[in-house]
Amino acid sequence: MTQDGHLAISGNADLVMVRQQVRVVAVEAGLSLIDQTKIVTAASELARNALIHAGGGRVSIVVVEDGRRRGLRLTFSDEGPGIPDLDRALTDGFTTAGGLGLGLGGSRRLVDEFDVASAPGKGTTITATKWARG
Amino acid sequence: MERVPILKLGDILIISIQIDLDDQSVLALQEDLADRVVSAGARGVIIDISAVEIIDSFIGRMFATIAGMCRMLDAETVVVGMRPAVAITLVELGLSLGGVRTALNLEKGVALLDHLGDRGTPR
Repeated sequence: MTQDGHLAISGNADLVMVRQQVRVVAVEAGLSLIDQTKIVTAASELARNALIHAGGGRVSIVVVEDGRRRGLRLTFSDEGPGIPDLDRALTDGFTTAGGLGLGLGGSRRLVDEFDVASAPGKGTTITATKWARG
Repeated sequence: MERVPILKLGDILIISIQIDLDDQSVLALQEDLADRVVSAGARGVIIDISAVEIIDSFIGRMFATIAGMCRMLDAETVVVGMRPAVAITLVELGLSLGGVRTALNLEKGVALLDHLGDRGTPR
């Protein structure tokens, strides 16, 4: 992990690192086992997306609070080509990389809040948050 | 990259995944398994995932690929021991693993393969 709390995603082995680190912080945030599994799975999909589509990127993993509850927020950022058509990219089965096309849409279903900021040539930033259920 | 061992028990191959799978290990396993199914003349393959904490779309697709590949090599595949949290997550992710047989545990997986073998013609 770098000093500012980011994990680099630059190779296959980093996907395993990201999953393990997200699991650790998800436990800290008080997520249930099922919610831990969901956010770790979403993290794996999003990290692989950064690797495949942008050649790599980074993720920050932080515990957040909104006054009532705690949660886990993941922010994936890359300097890749960006996503030209976000609506299509979020559609199940749409793929430009020969995969199943479940990464983005599936990840969105697995978390509580999901936000994508992307423009062609400007890279992509994806924020995904999962809240602990009281 | 870590390699997943493939064990042989009679005419069944058993793979117990005990590591956090990276994509290269997944691809290596597919290739190793295809070779072993042929060289061992296996009629069944059991993949035990009771130690697997997450399955994402890449790993999930591996199970479907392995099942399809083994079927072409005249072997049936059963995935056993899926954790409840993994099952819930897979469905929400949108991955139904259609075409992949599952059983609750290794024992039931072996029984399922025996049953398929007795009937001669798998479903």
